[in-house]
Amino acid sequence: MDFSDINFSLLIASLIVAATPILLAALGELITEKSGVLNLGVEGMMIFGAISGFIVTIETNNPWLGFLCSCIGGMLLASIFAVVTQIFRANQVASGLALTLFGLGLSALLGQSYTGIKPVAFPDMHIPILADIPIIGIILFQHDFIVYFSIFAVISVYFLFRNSHFGLIIKAVGENHDSAHALGYKVILIRFFTILIGGAFAGLGGGYLSLVRVPQWTEGMTAGAGWIALALVVFASWQPFRLLIGAYIFGGITLLQLNLQALGLEINVALLSMSPYLVTIGVLVFMSARRNKNSLDAPRSLGKTFFGL
Amino acid sequence: MKILKIFSLVLSTFVVSGVFASDMKVGFIYIGPPGDHGWNYQHDVGRQAVDEAFGGKVETVFQENVPESADAERVMTQMALSGADMIFATSFGYMDPVINVAKKFPNVKFEHATGYKTADNVSTYSARFYEGRTVIGHVAGKMTKSNKIGYVASYPIPEVVRGINSAYLAAKAANPNVEFKVIWIFTWYDPAKEADAAKTLIQQGADVIMQHVDSSAIMTVAEEAGVYAFGQASDMSEFGPNAHLTAIINGWAPYYVKRVQQAMDGTWKGGEQTFDGIGAGMVIIGNMSDKIPANVRKEAQDLANGIASGDIHPFTGPVNKQDGSPWLASGETADIGTLLGMNFYVEGIEGDIPQ
Repeated sequence: MDFSDINFSLLIASLIVAATPILLAALGELITEKSGVLNLGVEGMMIFGAISGFIVTIETNNPWLGFLCSCIGGMLLASIFAVVTQIFRANQVASGLALTLFGLGLSALLGQSYTGIKPVAFPDMHIPILADIPIIGIILFQHDFIVYFSIFAVISVYFLFRNSHFGLIIKAVGENHDSAHALGYKVILIRFFTILIGGAFAGLGGGYLSLVRVPQWTEGMTAGAGWIALALVVFASWQPFRLLIGAYIFGGITLLQLNLQALGLEINVALLSMSPYLVTIGVLVFMSARRNKNSLDAPRSLGKTFFGL
Repeated sequence: MKILKIFSLVLSTFVVSGVFASDMKVGFIYIGPPGDHGWNYQHDVGRQAVDEAFGGKVETVFQENVPESADAERVMTQMALSGADMIFATSFGYMDPVINVAKKFPNVKFEHATGYKTADNVSTYSARFYEGRTVIGHVAGKMTKSNKIGYVASYPIPEVVRGINSAYLAAKAANPNVEFKVIWIFTWYDPAKEADAAKTLIQQGADVIMQHVDSSAIMTVAEEAGVYAFGQASDMSEFGPNAHLTAIINGWAPYYVKRVQQAMDGTWKGGEQTFDGIGAGMVIIGNMSDKIPANVRKEAQDLANGIASGDIHPFTGPVNKQDGSPWLASGETADIGTLLGMNFYVEGIEGDIPQ
């Protein structure tokens, strides 16, 4: 056993890459849930974003356009959810599950002639000067645009909910849609907007999977990432920075586990693979046991249908 | 997730029923999508061969993404109820479900891939993939410069352990300095996880990657990193034109056609255990890349020919177990029982098989 085989700066750099798809999808879901809408269709929107971005990148050889279309693909699927739950007032849980099934099926259909093709590489952006700093340069400043964007998005969402008027309106709608409605806010319109944003982020996360992280198209390639993103939102108790940490811990444990195995270390693989989920459950139990007023910090109208006009 | 699977199963079981009458109806269940370009793809190639061989006389139906759980029982029950005369269950984990469903439908013939439980109406079939792994293990040993070979493994079942051992023995014989790094990812099909495992192995210095998981993600990663890899179940050179050295291709078509024919003739028997290799064409060594030096290509081909003719056995002593205790004496070859239940590493491989 030789620990020198593990290059820790590379390990941290790749955990950031590994965590980016779930981070993006979870961030989108966080915004959606903040407005009181529970969209369980993250997995479906992700995979649809993955295939949309992949097809466009193959056809145009332009990964930037591909990422844009990932977002649009995610938004398209999200718009179905929005119409069904906000206008026709269908049950959000059932609609979200249906959206996942629909997304998985539709993407498999669209992707049939796109297996076995490789998209053009999406270049890393080495930030001048900073990228050359030993260790930190490799860890932080030699990634691609989407990684930087995901971190920037986390910071933006933090300030959106903390400092902006619009963020407060979204929060108000999510906490109590009747009061928000009484104050004159357009509950349905705002929820429509946050659902679409959630879809765009999920789609982008999916696109990152098919264009950068794997990079190829295979049926069902998200393999549950959308569900992990959903759990992550609860784990982070709806706070963007906790979300970032949670995503990186999740990515980190996964990769560390692989690294230790490759060293031939005697570890209980099953236990280690399970640990992110155990931590999530642990955190949930801890939080709900704490009987403070904001115990779970969940938006109080989460998942409830708004029957006003 | 569970609910989802059930939903999708219920939805899709209605899709598999046919319209026109045929002499026989044969069902197939797959663990993943046939579009995986790997394991399931080859079973589907076999199914299509059945379609072609019998024209309109045999109707085939299939169900993809069937989990290895009670869901498998439900799918097979549904197939049997809708008139299937024969069912091919193409993954190890369908073993107990097959036995359970076979009890309920004594007139339906069941074929289970890679398992070891049989019944009056259940036969098993498996390929000696380890023969193919011996050949690619030799190539890997010759091609590595760093002397580190990475191995992405799925579940710690005998078939996978057997593959690691045979590949290691061949690689070690070709290159005494070779070292194996094994990562178990506990899934047959998860492109992102497979890619992560391959990247980890490459970061730790491996320059040839072998895989016993189903997707082509590892080939793509190897191509990007400029290292070598082998196609799993199918030729995967389209995913890595430079990385792809050769492939172990599963040839199910002859077996499927033969068994369906036997079922039609009334000569099909349950309780049989087929275990064929390179000789019978169930394991095929794919095209060898010209990145492999000509002499190594020839050695690999000779090895494959020798195994096919029975002159060479991949597990020939002297071989010790990992803990140093003797397993095979000099010249002795492994018996089938030990191979089918293999649960130990041979001497020289580091790490433990997870339990």
